[in-house]
Amino acid sequence: MKIKEKKLELFPKINTLLMILICFITLYPIWYTIVLSFNDANDAQMGGIYWWPRLFSLKSYSAVFANANIINAFTISVLRTVIGTLTHVFFTAMTAYAFSKKRLVGRNVFLAIGTFTMFFNGGLIPFFLLLKNLGMLNNFIVYIVPTMFNFFHLIIFTSFFRGIPGSLEESAMIDGANEFRTFIQIIIPLSMPVLATIALFHGVWNWNDFFWGVIFVNDESLQPIGTYLYRIIAETASSNMKINMPGAISLKAVNSQSIKLATMVVATTPIVLTYPFLQKYFVKGVMIGSVKE
Amino acid sequence: MTNQIDHIPLRKLSLKSRIYHQRYLLFMALPAVIWMIVFNYIPMYGIIIAFKRYRIIKSIADAPWVGLDHFRELFTEGDFVMVIKNTLGIGFMRLFIGFPLPIIFALFLNEIKHAGFKRTIQTISYLPHFISWVVLGGIMMNWLSDAGLFNEILMKMGVIDEPRFFLAEPESFWNIAVFSDIWKELGWGAIIYLAAISGISPTLYEAATVDGANRWHKMMHITLPSIMPTVSIMLILAISGILTTNFDQILVLRNAVNQSASDVIDIFVYRVGFKMNRFSYAQAISLFKSVVALILLLGANQISRKTQGHSLF
Repeated sequence: MKIKEKKLELFPKINTLLMILICFITLYPIWYTIVLSFNDANDAQMGGIYWWPRLFSLKSYSAVFANANIINAFTISVLRTVIGTLTHVFFTAMTAYAFSKKRLVGRNVFLAIGTFTMFFNGGLIPFFLLLKNLGMLNNFIVYIVPTMFNFFHLIIFTSFFRGIPGSLEESAMIDGANEFRTFIQIIIPLSMPVLATIALFHGVWNWNDFFWGVIFVNDESLQPIGTYLYRIIAETASSNMKINMPGAISLKAVNSQSIKLATMVVATTPIVLTYPFLQKYFVKGVMIGSVKE
Repeated sequence: MTNQIDHIPLRKLSLKSRIYHQRYLLFMALPAVIWMIVFNYIPMYGIIIAFKRYRIIKSIADAPWVGLDHFRELFTEGDFVMVIKNTLGIGFMRLFIGFPLPIIFALFLNEIKHAGFKRTIQTISYLPHFISWVVLGGIMMNWLSDAGLFNEILMKMGVIDEPRFFLAEPESFWNIAVFSDIWKELGWGAIIYLAAISGISPTLYEAATVDGANRWHKMMHITLPSIMPTVSIMLILAISGILTTNFDQILVLRNAVNQSASDVIDIFVYRVGFKMNRFSYAQAISLFKSVVALILLLGANQISRKTQGHSLF
């Protein structure tokens, strides 16, 4: 009996160690990147920095913030994320509110049309040709309009709206509000958790996406920070190949490395700062999304 | 007024008056229906360029039909074998390693009893999900380069004698792709299982304790069976997504040297379509992928419904 109890005590300890190990593996590469970005570029090249900057320097950051292209790309990212996310959440929620009414004329047809889009699409090339024909290439609206709506998010909204007591809507309508007003004044204030969840999902996508900037936008002044980073990373990757050959190490490459690190930190900070505040919402949101009726 | 009409059975109203009374709701729903037709269904028409010789200067309708020429070329050329091999290789590795790990992580995390510690682990495990693949790609190039930390550690441990540039080795690419994906999404992938676990009735555990079950018994005989519906649904989605590799990730990590291992369907479509301007040829493989994915989805759904009783639809 005693031996068995000891065995049981061992599991929580191993489990705790395992969890700490997972946290370490998750955090350390990110920490290491931050540390390197705050170290003097040429000193960092010698290696041997693990936990803390050896020769603290903000030069990489001042170079990043002095670069007009980076500032512009950052601004595009902010605009795109804020406008794109607000539009997406409002538009998808509004549609979902109408769809949540079982009495809506043609609802089943609309649902079938939407469900099919979750599992089948034309692919990248027809989508590109469509945007080209619509004149959306090299235009800021390419970040907003084609991503305004998402059927999976509609399902999450719909199941949330169903949980709102119908009597609230009825009383609003008795007071003379139409459905649109009811949606704006009653439903939206009651739906903050699910609105925050979808805003986070879509906001993260908007902020982190770099491919749209690569493929739909040629104009450098319209590229978001992710695309900017992709371009410099793709460039340094090819120069890394050259560095790989002996004797090809140049100081310039090292400095571009440190600017890259600082840009990476700058590009990541805004999104990482928001998620701990929204965590309690999105855990619930994922749960709603998983429930099938 | 509207709510009074709602109490009348619908069949008793004519379609016209139903539409009139729902005009606000319809105005709210209609823009999205138009949006779906424009952005989801019109591109489906564009699929036909796989059967045409399409050039970007002309319209799709004007392009001449070529039947299955592009497919014939695709299936007989060497590229197809390489692309399918890479897509399936990465896909199956993700399915066999990447699919179970979040479930195991959720089960083990659930055994952590200290609420604050559990919450901290969760918060930390979500972190990489919020970092873009561009940034993570940059981090990985930093780690995996010949002067990077990974080489330093391996050399100190005596695993390797001289530095290797892992991203320039095709044979390392699948591992890099699969394990970096797991690293990024382990915690995020576990959320849905943790949510399912939190819905399990505590009385089940109490009853098991009375029957003398230990932690392990409870985990295997209560927790795991209780989350099986969620696991089934996620498995159906994972199987149908086997040809869908993580595009952003591979785009960042690929280079000319590892191309023989990093050319997957999505990258191939991008590379051949946009870099070589062979839209029709690239669309042929893209269509092939969509059709296979749809068949896999329906098949996995059917099998799951028959064997497990859980299905998407």
